[in-house]
Amino acid sequence: MIQEKETDVELICFHCGQICNDEVSYVDDKPFCCFGCKTVFEILDSNNLCEYYNLSESPGVHLDLVDDKKYVYLDETEIRKKLLSFESTSFSKVTFYIPAIHCISCVWLLEHLNRLNSGVIRSEVNFPKKSVTIDFNPTQITLSKIAALLDSVGYYPSVNLENEKKSSDQSHKSLVIKLAIAGFCFGNVMLFSFPEYLGIDQSDHALLRIFSWLNWGLSVPVFLFSASDYLTAAWKSFKQKQINIDVPIAAGLIALFSRSSYDIFTSTGSGYLDSFTGLVFFLLIGRWFQGKTYESLSFDRDFKSYFPLAVHKKIVDGWKPVIIYDLCKGDEVRIRHMEIIPADSVLHADQAYIDYSFVTGESKPIKVVRGDQIYAGGRLIGQPIEMVIEKPTSQSHLTSLWNHEAFRKRQESNYQRIIDRSARVFTWVVMGIAVVTAIYWQINSPTKMWLIVTSVLMVACPCALALAAPFTYGSMLRVFGRNNFYLKNADVIERLAAIDAVVFDKTGTLTHTKKPMVSFQGELSSLEMSYVKALTSCSTHPLSNIVSQSIKKKGNVSIVNFREIPGQGLEAYVEDRLLRVGSSVFVGFKEVLPTQASYVFVSIDHEIKGYFAISISLRSNISEMITQLGKKCVALLSGDNDSDKGIMKLLFGESVALKFNQGPHDKLDFIKSLQNQGKRVMMLGDGLNDAGAMKQSQVGIAVTDDTGTFTPACDGILQGDRLHQLDQFLSLAKRSSSILKMAFSISFFYNLVALAFAVTDHLTPLTAAILMPISSISVVGFSTLAVNFVSRKLSQSNPS
Amino acid sequence: MTIIILLISISLTIALCFLGAFIWGLRSGQYDDVYGPSVRILFEDKVEKKEK
Repeated sequence: MIQEKETDVELICFHCGQICNDEVSYVDDKPFCCFGCKTVFEILDSNNLCEYYNLSESPGVHLDLVDDKKYVYLDETEIRKKLLSFESTSFSKVTFYIPAIHCISCVWLLEHLNRLNSGVIRSEVNFPKKSVTIDFNPTQITLSKIAALLDSVGYYPSVNLENEKKSSDQSHKSLVIKLAIAGFCFGNVMLFSFPEYLGIDQSDHALLRIFSWLNWGLSVPVFLFSASDYLTAAWKSFKQKQINIDVPIAAGLIALFSRSSYDIFTSTGSGYLDSFTGLVFFLLIGRWFQGKTYESLSFDRDFKSYFPLAVHKKIVDGWKPVIIYDLCKGDEVRIRHMEIIPADSVLHADQAYIDYSFVTGESKPIKVVRGDQIYAGGRLIGQPIEMVIEKPTSQSHLTSLWNHEAFRKRQESNYQRIIDRSARVFTWVVMGIAVVTAIYWQINSPTKMWLIVTSVLMVACPCALALAAPFTYGSMLRVFGRNNFYLKNADVIERLAAIDAVVFDKTGTLTHTKKPMVSFQGELSSLEMSYVKALTSCSTHPLSNIVSQSIKKKGNVSIVNFREIPGQGLEAYVEDRLLRVGSSVFVGFKEVLPTQASYVFVSIDHEIKGYFAISISLRSNISEMITQLGKKCVALLSGDNDSDKGIMKLLFGESVALKFNQGPHDKLDFIKSLQNQGKRVMMLGDGLNDAGAMKQSQVGIAVTDDTGTFTPACDGILQGDRLHQLDQFLSLAKRSSSILKMAFSISFFYNLVALAFAVTDHLTPLTAAILMPISSISVVGFSTLAVNFVSRKLSQSNPS
Repeated sequence: MTIIILLISISLTIALCFLGAFIWGLRSGQYDDVYGPSVRILFEDKVEKKEK
């Protein structure tokens, strides 16, 4: 058989494209890395859906098998009602968010679900949102069956009851409509203004009047609808006695529109309506450009989307799924392998391993025994357990963090943007100029006074100024996005530029959570290695799992007299040789090893063969990044114990504060104390335990390996393999701030030129129509090109 | 020159129709997914290979 051969030649799984580590199984000569992948292939093969594999290479998603009862809770009336967007007796509609969608094959398979189950009427994928909308017949298939079906082919649905995205979607659509109308009117107004500029024959005066009225008619929707956001925003800030960028813009828009209307009504001129509509159009383009959002990412998740929706609760005659927020003290619930503990509770099974890495930063699973307290947020590893709820979910140890004041205040409110600071100065200067001009012309030529004052206000409208920030930060946002650093919005870049203290979390941020580094010291033949694998794969102890997964050899050996001695190790006879794997005491190892790693010792027939050293694995190239950050790198906050202190000290050097055993509240307080020293702090973390610190800091960045998984509320999401470029991102943010300042000076220059025309009464509609677009276009061009120029290095180093 | 007035009214009407069509398309969600349709059009359902 082919299975017998050494798998040193790396086999690539036909379904998911990963390297096959464990038992390789074959179907039709195609290798599969696990039972899950093989099952998906068999499902697709038997339904004639193998077209899936032709559309793109290894399209599948690696799948860990789950039991079929996982989604039963979806059939509870309350949950179902919330999820379905339409429901009748023979037709229902549901939309699932599926993080695994990534290629054409995914689209193809998900849109052919009706071949897998005839109860599905139609399914349609929304690719950028990574969601699938399924129409189905509820008499033939239930909601839980659909979810299980998706899961069985490798596309697990991520179920969340909150629809936080709808409102932003709506406002984006209305912005595009405003933009479309402004663009339409701008184009037509330009067309009708042309005859005037070209000096049409005065005998066609009547025609010019018609054009003027048409222009006016086209400008009204622009003024009332497209520009409405600027007018209301200005009114609001006016009422709060604050001046931001919207105030001079609104003043300019009103001056332009009313002056033009006056000219047209009194037939004294043709007005400046082409400048007016063009201005609104450009402003809206800036807004649209800046408003780039990553639809498939979520930046505002709290603990609610981390916890499961429902758990199985014990009732009189069996188990019933209930929503976790309905749990109260004394309820008995059952949790399965890899499920999350929904609330603080007491264990009612003999023992269990709980992985708290996401909640506390503790990297190793913790063993609990009957009667011990289990905290909400941990993940169960191993056998199903029963437990009794102590506190409701909302009051558990972990979720109490969200009651902290840091989660209530709105961060943006106390933050003053550069653009608003400049706008304040700008507004006062323009007011001053307008008053001086008014006085001058009142003395010299009183009839012209009002006309000239309105032209001053018109040309002072800081259109180019308002475009500089959206295009500079908007372009930078896109550059970052191309390099797998996704920011919530463009304002974050401005805050990034001001950062002078960077704080890291350890587990999951600087280190890989899933892949510990395993190295073997000593001598073992490849046959003996396979003995060790056979033995360790029999145990559920976390260290055994790590060792077993790290051995790539495969052999069919039988184990006799297997014994697991709790707290010591494993022993068994393999081909008449006594194999022992476990602690140093267990095998009789005497030397003292450094405490930076965990060790698993191996002996065969009482002869010590060596040990496996299991240590954390750092992400690549981090030390270089930390040197580059220099003094900015301030601290490491870890929820883990200090066993890695030695490695971290080597990495960070002496000057950086290394704090271990930090709870979520400690982390938050540490950030606060830094801020009280006047520092502007950036926090990088990954888990729920960092959520408070990330919220409190000026910029909170979530580091993740897979953007589909849960990330706590943050200002940006950074893909783990790009963490080493953090220093480059920070310096680029700083550079974009200087680009912005240069763009400001360009736009001020144009404003000065235009003002010179206005105060001397030389501003004709033609001058305005030329100056305004030129200033806008040069500012937009400058900031976009400059950003792409400074960031070219970043893109070059990552050709992908 | 009166013909120009007629022409302008026709061109404006047509342009307004296009604007209306764009807004309708946007509102009804035709721009929500700009990637999906481009691959969907290339899918073809192959003839069944196996007898069931």
